[in-house]
Amino acid sequence: METIALLLILFAFAVMGLFVPIRYGNRFAFISSLIVFAYSLYLFLTFPISAEYQYVADYSWVQSLGIHFKVGIDGISILLVMLTTFLTPLIIFSVRKSEPRPRAFYSLILFMEMALIGVFVSMDGFLFYIFWEIALIPIYFICLLWGGKDRVKITLKFFIYTIAGSLFMLVALIYLYLHTPAQHSFDISALYAAGKSLDPHAQSILFWFFFLAFGIKMPVFPLHTWQPDTYTDAPTQGTMMLSGIMLKMGIYGLIRWMIPMLPQGLAQNAECMLWLAVAGIIYAGIIAFTQKDMKRLFAYSSIAHVGLIAAGIFAFNGQGLQGGIIQMLSHGINVVGLFFIIDIIQSRTGTRNIPSLGGIRLKAPYLATVFAIIMLGAIALPLTDGFPGEFLLISGVFKFNNIAGAVAGFTIIIGAVYMLRTYQNSMLGETSVETDNFTDLTMTEKTVLIPIVIMVILIGVWPNLFLKVSEPAIMKLLSGI
Amino acid sequence: MNQYAALIPFFPLAGFVIIGLMNTKLPKNVAAILACGMLLISFCLSLGVFMNISGQSNEVQLAPWISVGSFSASFTFLLDPLSSIFLMIITGVGFLIHVYSVGYMHDDEKHNIFFAYLNLFVFFMLILVLASSYLLMFVGWEGVGLCSYLLIGFWFKNKSYNDAAKKAFVMNRIGDLGFLLGIILLFITFGSSDYHIIFPKAQGFMSGDGMITAITLLLFVGAIGKSAQIPLYTWLPDAMAGPTPVSALIHAATMVTAGIYMVARSGILYALAPVSMFVVALIGVVTAVFAASIALTQNDIKKVLAYSTVSQLGYMFLGLGVGAFSASVFHVMTHAFFKALLFLGAGSVIHGLAGEQDIRNMGGLRKKLPITFLTFLVATFAIAGIPPFSGFFSKDEILAHAFTSNKLFWVLGVIGSMMTAFYMFRLLFLTFYGTYRGNEHKVHAHESPKVMTIPLIILAILSTIGGFVGVPESLGGSSQISHFLDPVFKPAQDKMMLLEGSSSVSEVALMGITVAVVLASILLAWYLYISRKRVPAAEGARLPALQNLSYHKYYIDEIYTALITKPLDKLSEFFKNIVDNKLIDGIVNLSGKATEAVSDLMRFVQTGNVDFYLLAMVIGIACILFFKLM
Amino acid sequence: MTDLKAIPLDWYILLSSILFCIGIMGVLFRRNAIIIFMSIELMLNAVNLLLVAFSAYHNDAAGQVFVFFTMAVAAAEIAVGLAILIVVYRNTKSTDIDVLNRLKG
Repeated sequence: METIALLLILFAFAVMGLFVPIRYGNRFAFISSLIVFAYSLYLFLTFPISAEYQYVADYSWVQSLGIHFKVGIDGISILLVMLTTFLTPLIIFSVRKSEPRPRAFYSLILFMEMALIGVFVSMDGFLFYIFWEIALIPIYFICLLWGGKDRVKITLKFFIYTIAGSLFMLVALIYLYLHTPAQHSFDISALYAAGKSLDPHAQSILFWFFFLAFGIKMPVFPLHTWQPDTYTDAPTQGTMMLSGIMLKMGIYGLIRWMIPMLPQGLAQNAECMLWLAVAGIIYAGIIAFTQKDMKRLFAYSSIAHVGLIAAGIFAFNGQGLQGGIIQMLSHGINVVGLFFIIDIIQSRTGTRNIPSLGGIRLKAPYLATVFAIIMLGAIALPLTDGFPGEFLLISGVFKFNNIAGAVAGFTIIIGAVYMLRTYQNSMLGETSVETDNFTDLTMTEKTVLIPIVIMVILIGVWPNLFLKVSEPAIMKLLSGI
Repeated sequence: MNQYAALIPFFPLAGFVIIGLMNTKLPKNVAAILACGMLLISFCLSLGVFMNISGQSNEVQLAPWISVGSFSASFTFLLDPLSSIFLMIITGVGFLIHVYSVGYMHDDEKHNIFFAYLNLFVFFMLILVLASSYLLMFVGWEGVGLCSYLLIGFWFKNKSYNDAAKKAFVMNRIGDLGFLLGIILLFITFGSSDYHIIFPKAQGFMSGDGMITAITLLLFVGAIGKSAQIPLYTWLPDAMAGPTPVSALIHAATMVTAGIYMVARSGILYALAPVSMFVVALIGVVTAVFAASIALTQNDIKKVLAYSTVSQLGYMFLGLGVGAFSASVFHVMTHAFFKALLFLGAGSVIHGLAGEQDIRNMGGLRKKLPITFLTFLVATFAIAGIPPFSGFFSKDEILAHAFTSNKLFWVLGVIGSMMTAFYMFRLLFLTFYGTYRGNEHKVHAHESPKVMTIPLIILAILSTIGGFVGVPESLGGSSQISHFLDPVFKPAQDKMMLLEGSSSVSEVALMGITVAVVLASILLAWYLYISRKRVPAAEGARLPALQNLSYHKYYIDEIYTALITKPLDKLSEFFKNIVDNKLIDGIVNLSGKATEAVSDLMRFVQTGNVDFYLLAMVIGIACILFFKLM
Repeated sequence: MTDLKAIPLDWYILLSSILFCIGIMGVLFRRNAIIIFMSIELMLNAVNLLLVAFSAYHNDAAGQVFVFFTMAVAAAEIAVGLAILIVVYRNTKSTDIDVLNRLKG
């Protein structure tokens, strides 16, 4: 019931948001997302550490097809729900007041939040697919209506790209559905059983079908080419939603829907997938070296980070999976912070071009400090949020394949190179014409960034707070194979 | 006492947090007193620990950190003789350098933030040496790297300083990757990264075990990065961009010795891997000679000292590689004294000359900076290895062990100390003797304030007498330090079964040879720079080939740029413009283009002629019927 | 009903086939939209005739029900079709279908 309440509250807020007076649009959206955050925090704090689903609600939806509206939260879901509800208020609060058509914008964000949470709590294959596609609609409009100058073309590409991937997933889901016993069912456990009963060859093919859907969403090399353009062109909040939360849908899909369902498929393809992911880490990292546009640079760095998460998950051991979970949280928090900083810089100077920046630390020490802390999180310095995740991921991959682990480890060098370059060229040195009148953080901006900084350090110092929550569920997944 | 020991790192952390958060709201002198006070408290606690240690080792558990299944790491501190010696060096020398900085940084606008960073550095350094597991050591390891980055680029308006900072961080990161992989291998092999689990288990392994060799080599890669050995040493000379107290504290006395600490700490593992030991010794001795040969021709007072640090670190690794663990730790200690003193002395000179660092523009400062001169002289004696100054005992112990292990190492070591003596006295003579070559009217050289000279004096005393804790038996001493460290290194030493054959007579003879060689090269320096009054050539002058090579640091930086940095940037452009945009995105767009092309073809069917449609329909139906009936 | 069966079924089939073919020819070769409509109607009725005939011979009323259904649909179709045609005529002053080639791809 609690899960459905979460979804319904959000839906109600999203609809109501369309009708509140424009002046209160921002405040309304912010407060409603805060309410949702408070509610999910309550769920998190009272969450029993157990491998079972909690707060399960199960209603028959399309009886003749065995489709249920079945939702529930387990240790993995709760963390992602928390991530979503934690980031959304920050994303909403980060909106600059000058945005046109504000009410629609906020409602779309709230609506998207609902869809994302829906993805994380679905326990029915069909419902999962529905939420998966619903999540695409608001982000499509956010990018299309509030995006940059090439938005029409880029958004179309993004839309078709992701929906093409999703269709493969639909086919795979239906195939599995038809292999469930007589009274067909989309229930997750029925699909698990169906997937496991398939012969290895069929599993392997389905594995690739799922991979197309999830791999495109994350995105994993070489399915990533929609991403840098979309991140660059989307409005900042869109980019934050996409990179901070939406790409976690893909990773969550891997962990929840793809690998446990098709263990033989994993056994056959793990090596290949893992190398793809590792190649993506190095490839995207090296591309990030020479990017001039900050947003594009962080887009590529995001591909590299996600590549590492994917590699750890394909290694499919305790370290890899737990590392993947904790890294999802920290990556979400870091990128939202970084993209917001870019937004701040762009709104002050009118440019994101790194060579024309510089010397911002002279003018805005607070911004520079916050940027530095988040950057350290992104390059996985111990005691910041990036480290537990990267360490666990690299050791997970290393356990699976020594060489791949060593190659994946290069991310800590490559990441340091492009991050420090960016930091140096934007924050340090002498001021340029653009940054000469830079002003430091406003109260609003601090409100967004300080929670992020706190989380960066909290996850780094006390990762067990989160690892312990997901551990039983992960162990159950592992033992299920 | 031990429960208080856990607090040692947290005082500097508190200092960092308070000063960092208050920043400019705090008056300068309050920030300075706070920072120094925190260090003093830590020092007193460390002293307490040191006094009570007496051989045994204790663990202090604080909190769990990361745990996944059987894998776990926690915040746990280890107190044993080795860590207590490092505690003393870090907090003691650290405190003196803090005090010195009060004077040195007094007029800097970012005075407070400087102290915050320094305190943070000390915190991480203490974590590094107190850690009871490799993973926690890695926390300190990376943390000190961060502080080094922050402090090298402290004056961040200057691009070349920022570049130096970035270079230091990235080079360290290369080493850190090795270290990290080593830790992961440790986890896989031993199921833990805690010393108290690994070391006892390791004793069950055969000497030369492949896994242990791999682990030790990977860990050593980390040490190469942090302790600036070939091929990752180039960051350290550039790191001199930071304020001089930073060079003294981080890039001479403490952080760069972290690699030595780590290898010494893992002594038992290295003892089981003769190959790794040989690699350590080889890289150490080659670096020692190589860096010393560069130092011979440098003209920047801090650069000379930087290369000298690289070279001295090489000696320490030589010591570790030949199994002289306690001698290396001893050298870490004496080196901390005299090298910190040299840097602080250099800082005092720079301070007195309003920022001048080129020794070609110095000379004759003996009279104007008497205290600095005297202390610098003491330090120079110490580093050159003249008895009875501290460097003599530690370096000769290393060389004696090298002799028993491999004669070639010893020969190279002696050549290195010959060069050391030469470049140090060259520096001393050019700076303090002769006549002043700078612009008298512009710069009024003056002695530094007391707050700077008192640390110098204390360090000078330590550099003089510091060696007496390790006087070898052959000279009638009792080698206290090696007995003190024995509990830590005993297992490793047992594994190696060193050929302790060298009699005390030959040890004395070896010392005699070294001292004679050193004195000869001091005489040469005297002859060149005092009698002949030679001054290094100005910038751009043609030098003899060998000198030129040394002066340009063998063009290593240029080679790295050409071989690594540039190609990577090119590769990046290639990936972006060709592979990503043309190839991968090309394929993606191709699917869109293909759809368009097909629709282009199909569009001719749509003639717009109703007649045609009807005809097509009829023919279609006819075909369907025809095939259906077939 | 017996009267109906007096004529052999083959004849019905032959007749309706001929009518259907005439309809097809009309649709294919005439240009005038009204004539095309009439031809379509002819085809539909050819089928209707056949349905009725089979229905009678098989003693199954379903065929005749189907015919009513067809007639209703045909009426509706003609209504819509003629309406379109009137609009076309208003715009082009012609009922020649060759004028309607605007939908070229």
